Amino acid sequence: MKKLLVYLKDYKKESVLGPLFKLLEASFELIVPLVMAAIIDYGIAQANRGYIVKMCFLLLLLGVVGLVCSITAQYFAAKASVGFAKQLKHALFAHIQGLSFSEVDSIGTSTLITRMTSDMNQVQAGVNLTLRLLLRSPFVVFGAMIMAFTIDVQAALVFVVSIPLLSIVVAGVMVWCIPGYKRVQSHLDRVLAATRENLAGVRVIRAFCKEKEEMEEFERRNRMLTDIQKKVGHVSSLMNPLTYVIINLAIVALVWVGAIKVNAGLLTQGAVVALYNYMSQILVELIKLANLILNVTKSIACGNRIQSVLEVQSSMPVQGYGQDDAEPDEKADAVVFRSVCLTYRDGGDEALTNIDFQVKRGQTVGIIGGTGSGKSSLVQLIPRFYDTTKGEVLVDGVNVKQYSPKRLRQKVAIVLQKAVLFQGTIRENMRWGRRDASDEEIYRALDAAQAREIVEGKDGGLDFEIEQGGRNLSGGQRQRLTIARALVRKPEILILDDSASALDFATDAALRHAIRELGGQLTVFIVSQRASSIQYADQIIVLEDGAVAGIGTHSELLQSCEVYQEIYYSQFKKEERANG
Amino acid sequence: MARQNAKSQLKRNTLRQVLQYIKSYRVLLILSVALATASVALTLYVPILVGDAIDYIVDRGQVDFDAIFRLLVQISIAVLLTALFQWSMNTINNRITFQVVRDIRDEAFRKIEILPLKYIDGHSHGEIVSRVIADADQFADGLLMGFTQLFTGVITIAGTLIFMFSIHWVIALVVVLLTPISLFVARFIANRTFQMFKLQSETRGEQTAFIEEMIENQQVVHAYTHEKEALEQFDEINERLAQCSLRATFFSSITNPSTRFVNSLVYAGVGLTGALSAISGWISVGQLSCFLSYANQYTKPFNEISGVITELQNALACARRIFELIDEPPQEPDSEHAKVLTNVDGRVDLEQVSFSYTPDTELIENLNLSVKPGQRVAIVGPTGCGKTTVINLLMRFYDVNSGRICVERQDIRNITRKSLRSNYGMVLQDTWLKAGTIRENIIMGKPDATEEEMIAAAKASHAHSFIRRLPDGYDTVIGEDGGSLSQGQKQLLCISRVMLCLPPMLILDEATSSIDTRTEIKIQQAFARMMKGRTSFIVAHRLSTIREADVILVMKDGHIVEQGTHEELLLKQGFYANLYNSQFAG
Repeated sequence: MKKLLVYLKDYKKESVLGPLFKLLEASFELIVPLVMAAIIDYGIAQANRGYIVKMCFLLLLLGVVGLVCSITAQYFAAKASVGFAKQLKHALFAHIQGLSFSEVDSIGTSTLITRMTSDMNQVQAGVNLTLRLLLRSPFVVFGAMIMAFTIDVQAALVFVVSIPLLSIVVAGVMVWCIPGYKRVQSHLDRVLAATRENLAGVRVIRAFCKEKEEMEEFERRNRMLTDIQKKVGHVSSLMNPLTYVIINLAIVALVWVGAIKVNAGLLTQGAVVALYNYMSQILVELIKLANLILNVTKSIACGNRIQSVLEVQSSMPVQGYGQDDAEPDEKADAVVFRSVCLTYRDGGDEALTNIDFQVKRGQTVGIIGGTGSGKSSLVQLIPRFYDTTKGEVLVDGVNVKQYSPKRLRQKVAIVLQKAVLFQGTIRENMRWGRRDASDEEIYRALDAAQAREIVEGKDGGLDFEIEQGGRNLSGGQRQRLTIARALVRKPEILILDDSASALDFATDAALRHAIRELGGQLTVFIVSQRASSIQYADQIIVLEDGAVAGIGTHSELLQSCEVYQEIYYSQFKKEERANG
Repeated sequence: MARQNAKSQLKRNTLRQVLQYIKSYRVLLILSVALATASVALTLYVPILVGDAIDYIVDRGQVDFDAIFRLLVQISIAVLLTALFQWSMNTINNRITFQVVRDIRDEAFRKIEILPLKYIDGHSHGEIVSRVIADADQFADGLLMGFTQLFTGVITIAGTLIFMFSIHWVIALVVVLLTPISLFVARFIANRTFQMFKLQSETRGEQTAFIEEMIENQQVVHAYTHEKEALEQFDEINERLAQCSLRATFFSSITNPSTRFVNSLVYAGVGLTGALSAISGWISVGQLSCFLSYANQYTKPFNEISGVITELQNALACARRIFELIDEPPQEPDSEHAKVLTNVDGRVDLEQVSFSYTPDTELIENLNLSVKPGQRVAIVGPTGCGKTTVINLLMRFYDVNSGRICVERQDIRNITRKSLRSNYGMVLQDTWLKAGTIRENIIMGKPDATEEEMIAAAKASHAHSFIRRLPDGYDTVIGEDGGSLSQGQKQLLCISRVMLCLPPMLILDEATSSIDTRTEIKIQQAFARMMKGRTSFIVAHRLSTIREADVILVMKDGHIVEQGTHEELLLKQGFYANLYNSQFAG
């Protein structure tokens, strides 16, 4: 949390003035009992009505000044906390964008989103509260004690004893309760999980007649939740009665000390009333302080979580990309893998083992294999989404690590399995490919991706608004549009990572044909589970369990590669039979 | 007007329902009320005692120590009793609240287990979950607050008024007249800030949506080096949010200082009238100090009460949402005479079955189908044509509108659901697994299965080899909905689950779109092994399955349009022939 405070630096003035005005307000509040004491000792004792009226106006004035001070304080606190959150959000968003996928994978996107949203709101509220109240409450408590000292040293000793006592009680109850609340939360999560699971799995649960067991399980979890809630509740509800006892016993002591002092002529009756009032003020503030600390603790926990994300170092910092001075060799092979191994950070076995191959400019490469055989992992190394654990990947004869991300990804366009479009018009989405693409260029890409008819079928054509996540398009439409988006970029290397799976065979074939027609030296990688999609590639790489099971053309592999034969015949027998 | 009446009627009903749940704790409730009354009375009595004590401290040499001592002892006893009462009351309130909420949650969950599938399919799961979890929680908070603050608050106000008026009515009147101002001020500010809060939460929503979009799809953002543009767009939203957030935060935080100011107004008012009265000898200084502390005590519950009432209304609204769920009519229970199916060979008859999800669109009309033991029924049709409807009816997830479905010549409505369903083995495309170990998932249908039986089932469904490679084998814990397993692995586990029990009838969904061909072959083999000699209903995607089927049901837009064997249907030259030619012969 501490390191996050740098984001307050543009709001130094506000962060100082906020609490300061709050303290001013508190000081005025502390004067009130003194004024009241004066009313009792002079006004009433001497029956001076004018004095009383004057003093009551003074009370009113103190109220007004206090109001002005505290509103000012609220303003500064709001400004600082909102500004703080704004800057922190900016920093965190930029940081997350800079993380590589290894980090994003291991943290998890839903966690990142929580950090950016609800944690952030909690921190903002925490900063606001802290600026407003964290100084105020201790100030009033100690202020009241000091005021007591100015009235009478011995009476003030009652404060000296009771304040630490109160603090111990408040702190003790809280220290016990905070982990308790966490346990309540985790039990609540378990109850929630049971509910969600029963809805998602309703058919299976009923098919297996598991309703009764599920009810028992739920009731068990629910009971555990209730038990812990009650346990925490019993302890936390000790706070008020205990503090009440301490304060009132302190008042008893005060009255007794006061009585002795007044009897000896060392104190006045009004002073005793003032001491009594100060003691009452302390109670109110301590309770506020306790709630405040609870909230701030929560905020600090959220802040720490945010900080831990900020502290995650990108494993591919932009600086690490070298000077981008690499001179791509125009004549070198487009893509070369040299004994490449890859192990994902969170785990387990190697995803890729000793991959070696070369691809010439303009070639089409098919990659095929079962789920989890490492097809996607392999192609994602080319635009350097991940770094190899061993070996190297060369693009145009240069290690991908020596390119700047911008330069590398200008060369390499990848169309991912999950067809993602963003909220905005089709044109805006297409221009992700290239910012200055003209409509004509966009249409050319759409043609090649077999996507022109989608655009023409929509109201507004390129101005058609795509909803978040592309909800208002079908899966096949999204896929073709994402392919078009990649083509707008005019890349040198195009990777289709199983991105034609939702297309029917005819469209798939037309697409492959159109991409070939784009001509030039476009190198194409096609990842697919369909043998027909890659059958005519210049080179087919067959993967199994992260290792190469065979490289060659269709006919070569059909003769030599067992895995390929198995895949091919499993699909083509079916289709041949359908033909027959 | 009528609508308002209906609304307040609803509110009353909700309240009555809440009271129903509380009723079983009425002894505790009465105790709680008694304790609250006692502790509030004592709390209010203490300042009077302190005031009296102060009155005995007049001036030098004019202090009555005996009297003061007596009073101080009384105060101490009163204080200790108050604390004891307060704590007992809090404990009791905690107990009532948490147990009431537990009862309600249990009830809601029990309802979920017996709700008709129609309800569960027709409502977002997130929404139902939020009723059981978030609404119940909010209700608990509101209820607890209502118990501890509203009730004691009301007694405190009433008690204070009585005590104040009994001491001196003029000063009491000052307090009574001035305090409500703070309520108005708070209300005024709340109304004004409502719009600002609305704008803030809208902008927040916009920002959250943007964050989700960009973070979830970071691969695309990186692939197109779009980071800078994304950040610019983010900053634009962020700036707008900061502005409206500042206004909302600031204006709402004026409330506290304002009510505090009203409090100091009251304090000054009491000081003025009290001091003047003291001069006139109407009250003593001790009574004045008592008034001053009352003025503070009185305004506190007063300021809180408006908040508590909103909270309570909110709690009631939450309660209503849970009760809506609880009051949902359950599926028709098994009839008393329902029989238990035994010795099933697998004969299924559909006689003049009609069904629709909504009354105005008839889906299945007058369907007749007779399936002999061991026969295979293939259900085919384009995606999204409602093939699962048939499964819903066979498993009795939904009831037919007219006609009847018979298993072993008995209407399935006269058979217990349990025995009907346990005679079907079902593998759906939507592979659902329970959070827990692999073992727990496989033995779901047969909890007393031996280790050997379980492994045999896993081997038969080709799942054994991948399970063995998992870190803890069969004891590997998989998260909610299968966690880290691949789609194909999940499907294999679902098959193992059925393989272990192997009931006489099967319902299978062949759709395996996200599974690679080699795993698919394994699944096919497992399916084939299961189907041997069993009546099976298959949502078919594979030509071989269709051709080998004894009956094919052809579906289109939710209707069954044709029925027959492969050859018969081809001869018909109808929809099936068309479908067959486009989908399989291409």
